[in-house]
Amino acid sequence: MNVTEIFETMSYGPAPEQSDYVQDWLKSHDKGFKLFIGGKWVTAKSSDRFIDSHNPATGEYLAKFTSAGEDDVDRAVKAAAKAFPEWSGLPGHARAKYLYALARLIQKTSRFISVLETLDNGKPIRESRDIDIPLVARHFYYHAGWAQLMDQELPDQEALGVVGQVIPWNFPLLMMAWKIAPAIAAGNCVVLKPAEYTSLTALYFAELCAEAGLPPGVVNIVTGKGDTGAHIVNHPDIAKIAFTGSTGVGRYIREATAGSGKKLTLELGGKSPYIVFEDADIDSAVEGLVDAIWFNQGQVCCAGSRLLVEEGIADRLIEKVKIRLNKFRVGDPLDKTVDMGAIVDPIQLERITTLVNKGADEGAEVWQPDVDYPEKGCFYLPTLITNVSPSNIVVREEIFGPVLTVMTFRTLKEAAELANNTRFGLASSVWSENINRALEIASMIKAGVVWVNSTNQFDAACGFGGYRESGFGREGGKEGMYEYLKTTNEWLHEGGASHASGGNSNETEDQIDLRQGQVAARADARKAKHARPAIEGQNKMSDSSLHKHIDRTAKNYVGGKQARPDGGNSRLVLTHDGNVAGRVGDGNRKDIRNAVEAAFKNACWSTATAHNRAQVIYYIAENLSYREKEVVEQLVSLTGVTKKAAKAEFDMSVSRLFSYAAWADKYDGLVHTPPVQNVALAVHEPNGIMGIVCPDVMPLLSFISLLAPAIAMGNRAVVIPSERYPLLATDFYQILETSDVPAGVVNIVTGDRELLTEVLAKHDQLDAIWYHGSSEGSRMVERESAANLKRTWVNDGRARDWISGHGEGRRFLREATQVKNIWLPYGD
Amino acid sequence: MPGILGLIPWPLARHSFEDYEKIVSEIKPILINSLPRVEGCEFHPGWIDEIKINKSAVDRRIASLGGRRTVKKQWQAAWLLKAISCIDLTTLSGDDTEGRVRRLCAKARSPVRPDILQALGFEHMRLTTGAVCVYHEMVETAVSALKGTGIPVAAVSTGFPSGLAPLETRLAEIRASVAAGAKEIDIVISRRYVLCGNWKALYDEVKAYRVACGEAHMKSILATGQLGSITKIAKASMVCMMAGADFIKTSTGMEGVNATLPVSLVMIRMIREFYQKTGQKVGYKPAGGIGTAKLALQFLMLVKEELGDEWLAPHLFRFGASSLLGDIERQLEHFVTGRYSAANRHSMG
Repeated sequence: MNVTEIFETMSYGPAPEQSDYVQDWLKSHDKGFKLFIGGKWVTAKSSDRFIDSHNPATGEYLAKFTSAGEDDVDRAVKAAAKAFPEWSGLPGHARAKYLYALARLIQKTSRFISVLETLDNGKPIRESRDIDIPLVARHFYYHAGWAQLMDQELPDQEALGVVGQVIPWNFPLLMMAWKIAPAIAAGNCVVLKPAEYTSLTALYFAELCAEAGLPPGVVNIVTGKGDTGAHIVNHPDIAKIAFTGSTGVGRYIREATAGSGKKLTLELGGKSPYIVFEDADIDSAVEGLVDAIWFNQGQVCCAGSRLLVEEGIADRLIEKVKIRLNKFRVGDPLDKTVDMGAIVDPIQLERITTLVNKGADEGAEVWQPDVDYPEKGCFYLPTLITNVSPSNIVVREEIFGPVLTVMTFRTLKEAAELANNTRFGLASSVWSENINRALEIASMIKAGVVWVNSTNQFDAACGFGGYRESGFGREGGKEGMYEYLKTTNEWLHEGGASHASGGNSNETEDQIDLRQGQVAARADARKAKHARPAIEGQNKMSDSSLHKHIDRTAKNYVGGKQARPDGGNSRLVLTHDGNVAGRVGDGNRKDIRNAVEAAFKNACWSTATAHNRAQVIYYIAENLSYREKEVVEQLVSLTGVTKKAAKAEFDMSVSRLFSYAAWADKYDGLVHTPPVQNVALAVHEPNGIMGIVCPDVMPLLSFISLLAPAIAMGNRAVVIPSERYPLLATDFYQILETSDVPAGVVNIVTGDRELLTEVLAKHDQLDAIWYHGSSEGSRMVERESAANLKRTWVNDGRARDWISGHGEGRRFLREATQVKNIWLPYGD
Repeated sequence: MPGILGLIPWPLARHSFEDYEKIVSEIKPILINSLPRVEGCEFHPGWIDEIKINKSAVDRRIASLGGRRTVKKQWQAAWLLKAISCIDLTTLSGDDTEGRVRRLCAKARSPVRPDILQALGFEHMRLTTGAVCVYHEMVETAVSALKGTGIPVAAVSTGFPSGLAPLETRLAEIRASVAAGAKEIDIVISRRYVLCGNWKALYDEVKAYRVACGEAHMKSILATGQLGSITKIAKASMVCMMAGADFIKTSTGMEGVNATLPVSLVMIRMIREFYQKTGQKVGYKPAGGIGTAKLALQFLMLVKEELGDEWLAPHLFRFGASSLLGDIERQLEHFVTGRYSAANRHSMG
């Protein structure tokens, strides 16, 4: 076109980003990329398979890289393990310097990386250049800071060891940064597998690691497909797996790592709501949609894919969306004037097309703008789908493409219900100029992120992660650091003799007595389980004080009432010396069902004020203290500890209730200030409904130590008390009843602990489960939790010193809450 | 067809009607300021109440726009020529003289060196600026200097820049400028009505100005830098359009903050809204602070994206600028020669 023609049409011309120097780099690796292990480029041991990488916009071959086998993964894990002692032993400042160097190198090579990312992934160069790569650098800067401050700010924490990380293709280098930066800042060494479609920037990053002088083995990059990932997930010497990807693979990883003791964070799928109220800035909300669902071709886990719009403005909004989309530019991602580039791979394109066609078959109206796009390459037009309800497949399933569904709502309450009518819970956007309305619905949405009047905002300081089947764990923020750390000497056996059995000169004899009691109790618990039928029938009359009273019938405690167990049976409870102490209900799956239902119905506890919850817990402590004599006697009689030890356990139980009454209104969230005109409120929200499975050791104290933090943070609990000493929990009913604990907040079911636990772990209404029991039980809990990806916290058969500082505090509060970041941009 | 000649810009008007068909094939008209005046409409308080603007979202849209759109090579040259055709070449200074205004008018007639236009293949297009903008006292001089060019003279009026002269004085000033030959009147609104939310008073004021303008086109200056909030800017835009403004304009150039991209986004969204409500097309004029070719391109891209190509023409879009032209000339020469240009190689305005 000549100047005059352009003057008349005012068209945009081509504006291609230069890419020849990146192509030169790829050509210099024309023999194929090797694996980056132990600071060196090594050839695969077990296979010489290569994977080809293509430019999805053109189909052109870019490079080939190695598909790592089991031996290679093992070699990488060994290299990481070898590097770990020295790396984790470095002063924080030393690690900070390396992270700083990486941040600087990323900035210095940012254009190169952006072009490489766009070639490999198909995302517009604008996004690589203006969003992805600056965030990558930001992540390394931010975590250089945590490395620097770790000694001061995370003093009781230590690195885990070798961390396995598996990342997706939608933000290749950004997801790598989200994984590697916190891991190595904390002192871990990593084995990372980039996605098979998009491994090139990770391989380039490996070169930067070498350039930065990062000690060999701290970062290892092994490329490959799903099987390579599986080798990482299943490697026995890996302490933690961090995964971002689909919910399906997340579930597989949860099952595969069950019982392995591996720590796990999962950032999975989403079907995030994008809610527009009638008092929103509608033009801005329309533009926001562009950044929500048409960002990165919609291949974003937190994409606002479900537009929920107040009915009165729906037509106007949809009209505006259509006008906007008719100005969309879809095409060569290297062109600087393109809004949307290529879908990452033909397979993904096929998936999008299939899902949209299915939605149309189910009655959806599918609209696409009348704009040009390349005939060759993986392109899919931005798509608007109307005439759908929550039952349509395009509303239910994560499409992972540029496809927006529209539904209307009438009231704020209905908007929240529709927003939460999904198995996912990753992110959400809320558009309203009324801050009262925006913050109210922000508190109602079940999602890890709420963007008020904005969307897809990210910052290293603000933890990112989901509720429900969107996974668990957070990336970014201090909460993200905890995912790569463990509490030093948290479990008894880890601390060695000095910790577990009285090396501490301040420890009293009673405390040692208590510990011996625990050990005895653990051993007895197993014996008693098997011995029960034999003892039954031949019990002798007990002269214990308990039996001088009128017979008591301990039922289950469900919905604030004592409820007879569904099966109509009871279980015998023995004293430590084999006498009959009483009977408790023999709960079954229906009792668990009823208990969860009761907890579900009492949602108000979770929204009650912290002060209110604190008062209730103080009151529990007060009412418990009145019954000291009886409870101490019960402890002695049941567990066989000395009276002094029983008294110590009792006193600590009362104290612990006080602790959590105190914490109830003090475990505050944070206000982040990301580098935009914005505040992000990091709110600690309760998990929701929690299953709590208590150990036999210190049956009163452990029961309270687990229950109190859960309810203090606003959870509703279904508790399975110690199987051997359930009477301590059933005696507690009356205390709960007299302490103004609302019905349904605490529900207790006694019976066969492992059987009941399995029902809990399989219950999809449950949001989290804490299990303190055997290794096998821990494995079962983790495995069965995979179906709805409830959060788990298990002891892997290890014992906790309940009476020490490890028996309470922030560790428990972190597990009892999840962080929701509410982004509030401001300006007038 | 006697009416046609009135619509044909200079230099066609100098030729006989018989020459029309022949000449029109050679010389393309650029400047057709022939739209009928915007009628405006009744005062609708509901249209004001419903306006919601989220500033941070507006800022984000602007922040990403520069990365989303760009023009290179001949596209950039063509867009810069378009920018020139939309400039209200302006002098608004206490020391303006007739000589200064005549020099400005000469620049308006011939804004770019002919050899550059030739190299661009644009010599046949008779490029001029969109208008010349002066104080009332300079209107006659400008009209006479631009005689036969078709370039309209715009007069700032109504007690510019503060707008605080007596109402009768302000109205009389409009009538005087129109009588002196101004085809466009840039009025200033009473900021106090906006700051106090007295929208009806604003409507009545602008409507009175409109009546005084007669057939001259009216640009309504909001002085956005003094309105305090972006929502008020949007509301004031809507009121001015209801009252019949042909253009809404950001600034006098005398406020601390003049034309910005975020403010422009909000104002042109209001233009779009008004068009959707009434079918009337109102023009947009950012003024003050637009001194570089790069920034001018961003304004054009913003208008293209939010309003559409139709608004990318002098009858619906103007830049109020004095130094912008100089930068554009240098960029054009750079495109033609590949060498960075110098200011003294281009004639002064």
